[in-house]
Amino acid sequence: MSTTALTEETVPAVTPTSRSAGGGLGRYLVVRFLLIIPTVFILVTLVFLLGRTTGDPITAALGGRLPPAELAARVRAAGYDRPLLVQYGDYLSHLLRGDFGTTISDNRPVTQVLTTYGSATLELTVYALVVALVIGIPLGMVAGYLRDRWPDAVLRVFAILCYATPVFFAGLLLKLVFSTWLGILPVSGRASTSTELTLQLLPNRTGIYLIDAISSGDADAVPDVLRHAVLPAVALGLLTAGIFLRLVRTNIIGTLGMDYVDAARSRGVGELRLVRKHAYRPALIPIITVMGLQIALMLGGAVLTETTFEWRGLGFQLVEYLQARDFVAVQGIVVLLAVIVAVTNFVVDVIAALIDPRIRY
Amino acid sequence: MSAETATPGVAPGDGTNALRRRPRFSWRRLPVVRQLRESVGVQRVMLVIGVVITAVFVLVAVFAPVIAPYGYAQLSDARGAFPTQQAPGGDHLLGTTVGGYDVFSRVIWGTQTALEVIVVAVLLSIFVGIALGLVSGYLGGWLDRVLVVVCDAVYAFPTLLLAIVMSIVISGGQSSKWGGIFAAAISITVVYIPQYFRVIRAETTRIKSEAFVEAAKVIGAPTSRIIGVHVFRNATRTLPLIFTLNSSEAILTLAGLGFLGFGIEPTAASEWGYDLNKSIADVTSGIWWTAIWPGLAIVLIVLGITLIGESLNDLADPRLRRRARVRDGATR
Repeated sequence: MSTTALTEETVPAVTPTSRSAGGGLGRYLVVRFLLIIPTVFILVTLVFLLGRTTGDPITAALGGRLPPAELAARVRAAGYDRPLLVQYGDYLSHLLRGDFGTTISDNRPVTQVLTTYGSATLELTVYALVVALVIGIPLGMVAGYLRDRWPDAVLRVFAILCYATPVFFAGLLLKLVFSTWLGILPVSGRASTSTELTLQLLPNRTGIYLIDAISSGDADAVPDVLRHAVLPAVALGLLTAGIFLRLVRTNIIGTLGMDYVDAARSRGVGELRLVRKHAYRPALIPIITVMGLQIALMLGGAVLTETTFEWRGLGFQLVEYLQARDFVAVQGIVVLLAVIVAVTNFVVDVIAALIDPRIRY
Repeated sequence: MSAETATPGVAPGDGTNALRRRPRFSWRRLPVVRQLRESVGVQRVMLVIGVVITAVFVLVAVFAPVIAPYGYAQLSDARGAFPTQQAPGGDHLLGTTVGGYDVFSRVIWGTQTALEVIVVAVLLSIFVGIALGLVSGYLGGWLDRVLVVVCDAVYAFPTLLLAIVMSIVISGGQSSKWGGIFAAAISITVVYIPQYFRVIRAETTRIKSEAFVEAAKVIGAPTSRIIGVHVFRNATRTLPLIFTLNSSEAILTLAGLGFLGFGIEPTAASEWGYDLNKSIADVTSGIWWTAIWPGLAIVLIVLGITLIGESLNDLADPRLRRRARVRDGATR
């Protein structure tokens, strides 16, 4: 584990107070980047081994549906009768070349599955993140400023409720109220049938419906796509909003007690400006760090949200492939998610290091 | 620590083992109880509400056979088969599901399943996580580095996805009650081991350089005893906090597994996530009672446990802790 050793060796080299932070930053970024490799590698190995404990993928997916002789022939043709270690090496070398294999249940290249449904999940996650930030940060500032008064108590209960409500239950409640009872928002899907058709016919689609709808020039497409996105985005975003609220509150309380805030107050800085500028900015750094972990939580929540709202993204597809015991497809999706999580954590750490010079290790 | 140096037979007569090892034991020093005494104002209210909700749920789980009018998999009684999707009222207090189950009975029995899964999952992950954390943190070396990297990788990954993959590998089609509960519990365990591991390891690396560990080494205590007694006793301070946070996450993970169809079979035990999955179609046609009640049950129990965890967290954090003001003339 040379990368870990490297991290430890850099500790004495860069002290928090040293002015030569440039070299430290460069080395920190390289080390941090190299740490992506073991993270992804471990998850790939873990999922590979877990998938194989139930037998080879072809028997798992098609066993019982094909005559034993044909099954054996297909297992041999795919190379699943070789020793596990050989298969593992083979799988890794294919992965490195960007070849994720072919799904067993519907015979599609896994890369095609990933690109088709990945954009849907990306779109949902971005919307949810926007909802979380828009709700979480201002409310957290209010709660922190009015600490221990009634708005704080109400907001804290709200934050815990956001956390305690499973995303799929929140989704079902939203559907019940806004779709079934009030009838103002669509029940499920990413767009209505006519919009889907318009978007399918576009020459160069991105798969991100909002961008596609704008480029299609169809006046009805954009509001239609947005209307479909509201409920899933709120359901998924509320979970993270609660976490942001709590985090901002805690940090605002922390920074409001600092000497420099007292100094600013004694200079006559207004209370609103005090919270919005002086206390808020340093309180943001933990949010950026936590956002990395939130991405992982959101991807897990996206699986549930997509199932609730039939939002055809990676999570929805993952559940279908799992039910079909199609481990080639499952492995592909999990590897992609692992890479996304590892890369976001890297980006988040880099941003945090750029903002706060004290973060170098 | 003082607990170790206490000589046996402090006072002749009170010779039970527990008393001898912890001479100043008092129920007031137990976690949660101690915080209940320390806390004030809003924090105390939150903690009390959390404790009450959690206690009610444990009672409901224990007395589920008495409270629930029907079995969790019961589809008919002496008067014939239950109607399906019947609105609340009459024989079925909260209505019936699309499959003909009684919603009220399923919600009540669900507390039992949730409690069983939490206990099994949290005990397993505490046991494995603490053992790994202590050994890894105290011994260090390559084992420590490998474990840290592995746990970091698992920790960063979406817990639910890992739990799904685990549950498929473990259950492999079995649908017995304890089979399902153990499959769910072990899936959750694997995901939460890294959290205990990280906390205990961090504490262990701090504690192992303290003087009392050095002292134990000098008097020739074997490594196993130093890890098992001296370090362990002192590394577990933060456990009640992680324990509560993890229990609530365990419930959410279990419900998520059930919702996606990788949980416990309805005939094996009552599980709220499964019931919610079956209610997706109901919601679209305006049938609200099959979704609301199991969902509310999840929200309430997670709320109760989280309120306790949140309060413990705030009370452990000096920036957030508010102390009772010493009143004039009042002695503390």
